[in-house]
Amino acid sequence: MPRSVPRTVLDVTVNNHPGVMSHVCGLFSRRAFNVEAILCLPMHGGEASRIWLLVDEDDRLEQMIRQMRKLQDVHDVRVSTEKTAVFDQLGTVMGG
Amino acid sequence: MFRMTGAELTIRLLERQGIRIVSGIPGGANLPLYDALSRSEHIHHVLARHEQGAGFIAQGMARVTGQPAVCLATSGPGATNILTAIADAKLDSVPLVCITGQVPSPLMGTDAFQEVDTYGMSIAITKHNFLVRSAQELLSVIPEAFRLAASGRPGPVLVDIPRDIQTAEIAFAQWPEPGEADPAPQAYDADIETAAAMINAARRPLLWVGGGVIAAGAGGQVRALAEKASMPVTMTLMGLGAIPRDHPLSIGMLGMHAERYTNMALEACDLIIAAGVRFDDRATGKVQEFCPAAKVIHIDIDHSEIDKIRTASVGILGDIAEVLDVLMPKVQPNGRAEWLEYIAALRAAFPQHAPVQGGYETPQKLIRRIGEIADEGAIVCTDVGKHQMWTAQSYPFRRQRQWLTSGGLGTMGFGLPAAIGASLAAPDRRVICFSGDGSLLMNIQEFATAAEQKVNVTVVLLNNNCLGLVHQQQELFFRGNYFSSEYQIAVDFLKIAEGFGWRTVDLGTSADPDADIARAFAQRGPCLVHVPVDREEKVLPMVPPGAANRIMIEGEAHA
Ligand SMILES: Cc1ncc(C[n+]2csc(CCOP(=O)(O)OP(=O)(O)O)c2C)c(N)n1
Repeated sequence: MPRSVPRTVLDVTVNNHPGVMSHVCGLFSRRAFNVEAILCLPMHGGEASRIWLLVDEDDRLEQMIRQMRKLQDVHDVRVSTEKTAVFDQLGTVMGG
Repeated sequence: MFRMTGAELTIRLLERQGIRIVSGIPGGANLPLYDALSRSEHIHHVLARHEQGAGFIAQGMARVTGQPAVCLATSGPGATNILTAIADAKLDSVPLVCITGQVPSPLMGTDAFQEVDTYGMSIAITKHNFLVRSAQELLSVIPEAFRLAASGRPGPVLVDIPRDIQTAEIAFAQWPEPGEADPAPQAYDADIETAAAMINAARRPLLWVGGGVIAAGAGGQVRALAEKASMPVTMTLMGLGAIPRDHPLSIGMLGMHAERYTNMALEACDLIIAAGVRFDDRATGKVQEFCPAAKVIHIDIDHSEIDKIRTASVGILGDIAEVLDVLMPKVQPNGRAEWLEYIAALRAAFPQHAPVQGGYETPQKLIRRIGEIADEGAIVCTDVGKHQMWTAQSYPFRRQRQWLTSGGLGTMGFGLPAAIGASLAAPDRRVICFSGDGSLLMNIQEFATAAEQKVNVTVVLLNNNCLGLVHQQQELFFRGNYFSSEYQIAVDFLKIAEGFGWRTVDLGTSADPDADIARAFAQRGPCLVHVPVDREEKVLPMVPPGAANRIMIEGEAHA
């Protein structure tokens, strides 16, 4: 089935310590904004992590990004549509 | 090298932040902190009777000074009790640092005695929160908590410290710098140029100011800009006091309980300069129909507020006082006679509900009268309900930080403890708290704290023996089905207050109310002024929840 809303990826750099994931995911769940897929890996020897969130590109996205930038543990948020391909590939591995 | 425990370090760091008063309640998980606090020569501890009270006492201090204030609670029930006051601070952008004790780290996650996930529970209601994992971390976490609470849009920060970290020994070579607010972001010149051009071109501009103006201390700038360009000023609930109520350009509060002429003026404007407001539904009514003809200039320190609810023609990110300073010289003087005449005509056509003079016939007149008797420096607190809206509508506010109310969360029980905190922060000023019987019962235990601290607080209790605002909504929107909003017994508040060591005045039996109010104000220390109020007294006008601001339920105006 073709999707009506295009998807994009939020590339988020965060501090790597317990609780950060709750802060980020809580922002989305409180606004009933679904996160379709999540990837998270530590970087820079574990001090920071990089989270990729696959999300719908709807008109609330800009507000979500601004809210995310306010989180103290979030260093940077970028939108990167090309990265959706990575999730497609992972989908073939995990989807079964 | 300095050597001390985590608890001693925490207290010393608070001292270095300039903290002189903290409120709280001790318990097993924060006793090391309290032990260290007992040895502080700089910090006075105010023992509240409920942690929610402690949280609101700190809020009262922070709202009056604009500086972060500190409250303490133990783990588990202490932490859950204080969360309402934290959430309240979040919605009204009040800088607060709340320090909670936690069970020892090795027990965390085991459902230990008095363990709750304070960190997890507070994520959604704080600006930021910390779970401290080593005593060493306190050196950065405590200053950071103060920096975050005070920077940008202020807010509450929670620091959860496990007990073993409070007792751990730590050695360090150097004290960290106290945490201070970051400088505000710099507004773009181009945006300010555009805004100035829009103001100069506008025929019917309005200034709309909110709590952000108070936080920025920008009342003076608002007034000067309004006068230069003849722009009427409307205020949100949180913005009251930004300019004096009796200023000729003040058109009072907007929104659900505004005067009709105010909401009609908003309908007619062609430009709103929204400063430090967040387009709250209590202010805008049905947002699609709010100021339909107007372009919007939105000035705010929080980027996520701009375009959140209504897309601005120009969004200016920055400190409001700084932005207005730069904007001012670019705005041309303009008399705007036609626009001001139109507003004057609206004002004449729709008689005001708020009294222009005090008296004793209605609650609004009484509130106005008390404002006339009290000196200009008085700080005014409220609880939540009809009495709160009557105060917002009628009290003759004149300055910023004179008005403390729970706007965003609307928490009953806010008034008394916030008034205590206000009085602790400003001991030379009189603090008047307008309360309702329902609200007062929610934190009445703080009567004891007030008596103990001998604070200069006068509670004016408008007693209708019901949950008044709920009662009114049931009458208007639920066909008068007053389910669970009328109390079955009438408690004797005068006796209760006396039992707590308060002075009392009963206006219900008073032969000379002016003299009795003056008597209440004449002495220092807490005093309860009891005022029986008819259940049928309403807050009007009223925009029904969800309706456009032009649709107002009127009732009779008391001119
Ligand atoms: C903690 C809390 N619980 C419930 C409410 C809902 N509520 C809003 S106003 C109100 C009635 C307030 O009654 P009272 O304090 O007596 O003031 P009045 O309206 O009679 O002046 C209630 C129950 C609330 N705002 N806060």
